[in-house]
Amino acid sequence: MVGLVFVSHSEKIAEGVRELSLQMAQDAKIASVGGTDDGRLGTEPGKIVQAINEVYSEDGVIVLFDLGSAYMNAEMALEFLDEDKRLNVEIVDAAIVEGAIVATVESSMGKNINEIKHQLKNLKLGKM
Amino acid sequence: MINGLGIIEIINKLAEVMEKNKSFLTELDAAIGDGDHGLNMAKGFQAVTAKIRDDDGKNIGDILKKVGMTLVSTVGGASGPLYGTAFMKASVVANGKEEISIEDFINMMTAAIEGIKMRGKGEAGDKTMLDALIPALEALIKAQATGKSSKAALEEAKKAAYTGVEFTKTIAAKKGRASYLGDRSIGHQDPGATSSALMLEVIYNSL
Repeated sequence: MVGLVFVSHSEKIAEGVRELSLQMAQDAKIASVGGTDDGRLGTEPGKIVQAINEVYSEDGVIVLFDLGSAYMNAEMALEFLDEDKRLNVEIVDAAIVEGAIVATVESSMGKNINEIKHQLKNLKLGKM
Repeated sequence: MINGLGIIEIINKLAEVMEKNKSFLTELDAAIGDGDHGLNMAKGFQAVTAKIRDDDGKNIGDILKKVGMTLVSTVGGASGPLYGTAFMKASVVANGKEEISIEDFINMMTAAIEGIKMRGKGEAGDKTMLDALIPALEALIKAQATGKSSKAALEEAKKAAYTGVEFTKTIAAKKGRASYLGDRSIGHQDPGATSSALMLEVIYNSL
């Protein structure tokens, strides 16, 4: 099952999106990450790496994010990953709430990364 | 030439300046962004000073890498990955060096700017830190090439950076949170360009 990571500047948003998604598929592999270690709004690559490792499997991981710097930190997180994992993790441009729901449903149906990306195309916002 | 301990001193000064300008940078960022630039830069550099405190100064690349990695993991906002990448790319140029010259600094700044462009996918005219850094580098290279002293060349860089900051007032933001404001961002100077100019001023003053 493709693992999912939801990255937001806000811990509440990330966790809330995860909660909503789990309603669609209780067995989905989702990690949410948001906010800094000291409770500010923002993102950190280290936490994103942790989240990716949490839900990683041979099926790979899709990372969704909210705004610009979350994307930059997600990219940095990928650079910090082991090389073999890096090839199997993709950051996708999609509206985060709707994208999370779609990705969760597709992932729980056993779809692979490319199939899930295809379903996320309509939610692309041009933020990458 | 400046050695590792000199670099550490400069970085400590950067932290002082960021702390001193915390409210100012926050105000600028509140006007056209999410209002956290001052706080983020102060926190980031505070963490940086702690990280490099015990460095022996023998490898400037190492020092800059610590700066970059610390900014990345503590800043939280866009300045983290942007300045973090900048310092990390500069650290590659300075790897293994105990001292750096103005030529080294030019190469480091070039690598830093390429890193920022790669990370943020920005360019001149987007109303970002690049609008201070790119003109500063151009002025630095030009001054160096015409035989000016390091101090005079850095002064040109500093002046060009601040001119760039003024320029950012005249344009609309195309990147970052400010880009959501469109034309309402015109008339306000960019916080990232401002912190970049402040950094160059510290470097100039340190020589």
